[in-house]
Amino acid sequence: MTNPQEGTSASGNARVVLDDRDISRALTRITHEILERNRGAANVVLLGIPTRGVHLAARIAKRMSDVENREIVAGALDITMYRDDLRLKPTRNLESMFIPDDIDGKTVVLIDDVLFSGRTIRAALDSLGDLGRPRAVQLAVLVDRGHRELPIRADFVGKNLPTSLAEEVRVSLEETDGRDGVDIIGGDA
Amino acid sequence: MIKHLLSAGDLSKDDAIRVLDTAEEMLSVASRPIKKLPTLRGRTVVNLFFEDSTRTRISFEAAAKRLSADVINFSAKGSSVSKGESLKDTALTLQAMGADAVVVRHHHSGAPHRLAHAKWTSGAVINAGDGTHEHPTQALLDAFTMRRHLGDLHGKKVTIVGDVLHSRVARSNALLLPTLGAEVTLVAPPTLLPVGVDRWPVETSYSLDDSLEEADAVMMLRVQNERMNNAFFPSAREYSRRYGLDTARMNRLPGHAIVMHPGPMNRGMEINADVADSVRSVIVEQVSNGVAVRMAVLYLLLSGSTDDPAVGDNAGLGVGIQEGTA
Repeated sequence: MTNPQEGTSASGNARVVLDDRDISRALTRITHEILERNRGAANVVLLGIPTRGVHLAARIAKRMSDVENREIVAGALDITMYRDDLRLKPTRNLESMFIPDDIDGKTVVLIDDVLFSGRTIRAALDSLGDLGRPRAVQLAVLVDRGHRELPIRADFVGKNLPTSLAEEVRVSLEETDGRDGVDIIGGDA
Repeated sequence: MIKHLLSAGDLSKDDAIRVLDTAEEMLSVASRPIKKLPTLRGRTVVNLFFEDSTRTRISFEAAAKRLSADVINFSAKGSSVSKGESLKDTALTLQAMGADAVVVRHHHSGAPHRLAHAKWTSGAVINAGDGTHEHPTQALLDAFTMRRHLGDLHGKKVTIVGDVLHSRVARSNALLLPTLGAEVTLVAPPTLLPVGVDRWPVETSYSLDDSLEEADAVMMLRVQNERMNNAFFPSAREYSRRYGLDTARMNRLPGHAIVMHPGPMNRGMEINADVADSVRSVIVEQVSNGVAVRMAVLYLLLSGSTDDPAVGDNAGLGVGIQEGTA
């Protein structure tokens, strides 16, 4: 609601479910949960899934650096070439990929904006398997909107958001969209 | 994105940059423990080679395999082509086998164009060198190699030296590099410059020594003895003196300039062995970049859905999956 022009989309009724301060609090909580679960950041590799997951991963890495008092860098894991729907859509451009550290024997925390069908995470797990053998893989998402199509769940969730399939969840971040916020668009709200 | 890759001239600047950016990501696959991506699983790539080739065929084969495509290698020697089978019948056979892409090298200029437009095969056609016409993936890998060493190619000066007349590499580069903003100078004896070169988007010169001090990259071309049915220059020794890259000439290049050669090299003819093995030379790197660039081309041409409405299977599958998930 900070910017009415962006709040109203072509489809009409957009509802704000998280504002910038909610997102900030959720990311801070997720950061502490990751550190608590893994007893520090020593063996943790943060990998964001492009595009918004990468920005979220960078924010979590910054918070983690502050808590741990050392520089922690998040990576980017492009899963385009592992998608199961490549043939159904026009050719996608690849996103840039950056693996900050050897992942063998480490705990990899995948970070994405919205967890929906679980297919993106399936692709990410396949991709990780070709990059090395992590000791464990955990998943952090800003929003879990349900409707899973695969047996996948998140370890760290910013907000559980029950939605109908008619609705669209839109995550906006300062880095890509000029503002922070999570909106639900469409449906019968 | 275009459906076939027949000529470097078909690529817009956006297309070309898309290929180069994609190749950049593909290059990182080579440094991974598992050098394989599942992207083109179930797709079939046919390497149709009517002419001898080492690096291009191996490069395409490696590229297709790293993307998990099935590869069928076909060379004219030892096939029914030596019994007189035509290009058309060969193409129909490949179509019957379900080739999704045909990588074709042919001794006649225009053969890939014919293959792509005669409706003999529905797959994507990639020109891997046709006669003395074009070799677009070589130009793309040359541009990729230059971009890695020199940065954005806009305003960069590239000198291409030697047998331009018979060189498909020179033709493709002369079309691609100006698209990317580079300034190309072709240097050759008058007998080895093709008719109509004045209409190409390049400068020409008869003297190698004129442009060396300003060149950001020098590309030496192989003297193609097998295509020479005429006396194009008085003697190999004279050619080598006037148009060969030796150490003295290399030392006149700016410090950042790179030396390129598409291979195979005639050491001692167009390029001195010391130059070929010097730190300026990126010739071996060109080969490894070739795999990444060809992966990018195969990915961009093959991974997406086909717009062709005749391919009904894909559409049907798409609907099925969406129903299943809803």
